[in-house]
Amino acid sequence: MQQLNALVKEANELAIGTPESEADRMLQICNACRYCEGFCAVFPAMTRRIEFTPSVVNYLANLCHNCGACLHACQYAPPHEFGVNIPRVMAQVRKDTYMTYAWPKSFGALYKSNGVVVSVAVSLSIAFFLLLSALLNGSLSSGPLDGNFYAVFSHNTLALMFGAVFGFSILAIAIGLIHFWRGISAGVISASAAAEATHDALTLKYLGGGHGDGCNNEDDAFSLWRKRFHHFTFYGFMLCFAATSVATIYHYFLGLHAPYALNSLPVILGTLGGIGLLIGPAGLLYLNLHRNSEHGDASQKSMDRAFIVLLFMISISGLLLLAYRDTSAMVALLAVHLGFVMGFFLTMPYGKFAHGFYRVAALLKNSIEKRQKNHLQFGAD
Amino acid sequence: MVDVLVIGGGNAALCAALMAKEAGASVLLLEAAPKEWRGGNSSHTRNIRAMHDEPQDVMLEAYSEEEYWQDVLKVTSGITDEFLARLVIRASSQCRDWMRHHGVRFQAPLSGTLNLSRTNAFFMGGGKALVNAYYRSAEKLGVGIRYESPVSSVEIQDGKFIAAYIGDERIEAKTCVLAAGGFESNREWLKEAWGTNQYGESPADNFLIRGTRYNKGVLLKQLISLGADSVSDPTQAHMVAVDARAPLYDGGICTRIDAVSFGIVVNKNAQRFSDEGEDFWPKRYAFWGRLVAQQPGQIGYSIIDSKVLGRFMPPVFPGEKADTLAELAIKLGIDPKALQETVKTYNAACRVGTFDHTILDDCHTEGLEPAKTHWALPIDTGPFYGYTVRPGVTFTYLGLKTDETAAVHFNGVSSANLFVAGEMMAGNVLGKGYAAGIGMAIGTAFGRIAGTQAAKAAQILNQSQGAEHATA
Repeated sequence: MQQLNALVKEANELAIGTPESEADRMLQICNACRYCEGFCAVFPAMTRRIEFTPSVVNYLANLCHNCGACLHACQYAPPHEFGVNIPRVMAQVRKDTYMTYAWPKSFGALYKSNGVVVSVAVSLSIAFFLLLSALLNGSLSSGPLDGNFYAVFSHNTLALMFGAVFGFSILAIAIGLIHFWRGISAGVISASAAAEATHDALTLKYLGGGHGDGCNNEDDAFSLWRKRFHHFTFYGFMLCFAATSVATIYHYFLGLHAPYALNSLPVILGTLGGIGLLIGPAGLLYLNLHRNSEHGDASQKSMDRAFIVLLFMISISGLLLLAYRDTSAMVALLAVHLGFVMGFFLTMPYGKFAHGFYRVAALLKNSIEKRQKNHLQFGAD
Repeated sequence: MVDVLVIGGGNAALCAALMAKEAGASVLLLEAAPKEWRGGNSSHTRNIRAMHDEPQDVMLEAYSEEEYWQDVLKVTSGITDEFLARLVIRASSQCRDWMRHHGVRFQAPLSGTLNLSRTNAFFMGGGKALVNAYYRSAEKLGVGIRYESPVSSVEIQDGKFIAAYIGDERIEAKTCVLAAGGFESNREWLKEAWGTNQYGESPADNFLIRGTRYNKGVLLKQLISLGADSVSDPTQAHMVAVDARAPLYDGGICTRIDAVSFGIVVNKNAQRFSDEGEDFWPKRYAFWGRLVAQQPGQIGYSIIDSKVLGRFMPPVFPGEKADTLAELAIKLGIDPKALQETVKTYNAACRVGTFDHTILDDCHTEGLEPAKTHWALPIDTGPFYGYTVRPGVTFTYLGLKTDETAAVHFNGVSSANLFVAGEMMAGNVLGKGYAAGIGMAIGTAFGRIAGTQAAKAAQILNQSQGAEHATA
């Protein structure tokens, strides 16, 4: 027993100064203050607890949208000696979450220098497709092919390559998510909890600042632009995803093969999505560059920016491909676009993309928990 | 020369600056603190006590003028100016839209605050968010703002403001609003006011300051020495029992010890000294600092057992924990035998009915002095917890006497161009005691009056100067 106590003590000492122990320290202060209760879901979730174990901290960190409101409102923020900075410590814990729950586990290390990982993955993918198309096609600038991509790569080649990588990435994300879900002991999902969590995720409720004026970016003023650009990005992505899905149905079930006409559903969806993925990431990058240095975790900026830029490049290369698909530039543009998409697929489970899944899981737990009885009965304050 | 010079940078000062600017005056605001510490004690506040006759936006039910006035009367034991108090109460019902207009956001009633949501409107994010909103609005409107500009003295001639000094720099203005807070962070003055107690101690040596380190009371002292009329006395202050480990300044809300009514509080001799169950903690908590200040060593120990854990706001620092009372006493540094004896006597006196910490329940003591009149449960279930507490001064009440125009008075005559708002005059309404959110109600009401009156006085000056030029 004494040995166990000594081990516990040793573990506690080792934990001092880690993001988890810092989050615990700051949340104790928050829980005794509670002025931020109205901003987002993190603080009401905090008030349901008096202890902040690593599991709880993990959950709260992924519930935090890094809006920055609580930092600017905090009477204990630096230079106060308590040094409370919830957005930063939560961002640090989130990174630990991604690394801890990554599958295969050793791949979690890819988060450490994610910007480099994304760049390398994208560069290699583009090089690969350029070489492959040159090899298959004899040249990168053949005569006009009337937008027929399959004249360069056969449909089956593309479906197999992208299907395999995409399938692996989705599997990796799903395994990580299941482990995370078990780790935060989330409970049983009811229909109303699921509906609320879906609503909160799709509307980005918690980038509204609790008062609908938005979140903070460069200073204590509120702005809705982060929410809006995030929406452009997310819905742009979903439209592109829908375009691909519709095209797959066309191909396999209706026998309608690409290239599709400009007024066809896949092209319209893809074009709208592409425009969203230009506006959203460009806006997010602008805001990221102007972001208050106190917000979030500076070491993750390369990950955030790599992801934003990658989405932008996928979109712009896709739109250029659409515009020039009937010209001799098509082969090269296709190879470049496929390279960006492949780079994205490869890094999906080990980059910023994964944050959405963990956040939705945390939102869902929050919705489940809100419907349970709170056993704490604090005094008549 | 600016029309209105506002000295101070908290809620009252900002309300005055915004109102004066809205009235068309040119305004310069001087904040003693650097930008990151701006806002004085206002950045530690959370809500404003607001009268309302029916449910309104974030306010539940009704809180009538009469009920509000009775609350003021009760907490101050009548040491208040009824006319000014009622002025504040009425103003508190009409300021929220104006506050919203300047970017202040209120929040819906929340889990921990239901009992206060009838009487108080909560700022989304607390007082610092409010202060930020006011500064943003003031900057947008063109109010001049200077940080790190502590005013060292003002020049007064025949009861009229002439200029203010920041060191050697002289700033003239047509009118001036004083809203520079009290003197709680002036340790020398606190010591002078509290003197020496019966144990030969200087109690103020052991006070912690819950708020800003910039409230030195420099102008308060100067104005009183120049013959400005004053109210209240220098020992009166909002004083809370705070964790003895709290920082010297800016501990704010989180260092208060909420466990008081769930157990007993003893002094360094392990003796109880007041009724821990007299009223709900929010209503009574501003008194415990004073009670502890009157004990030897200005120290107290809040003792609870495991039965009540999870029923009060979690404290910011963990308390001492022990399986036996004797062990707990040793950890706290008090006499184990004396503590055991005190608890034994208390336990024996407990008459436990139906414990309910949300109402004034029927658990009380019999034959015990001092009695514990509610929530009296025996302290018998280990582990036991103890929190060491010190007096924490939130703000002082000694201030300048004023009237409904917020004018400073010299020998009963109101100044034509010198006004006062906030903590520097709160003592007119609050001679002693406290009820949550009244400070912000006074600051907002008088800040707005002072700003309006200053702008008006400056315009009158403009016009009379114009007339002089015309006749010249």
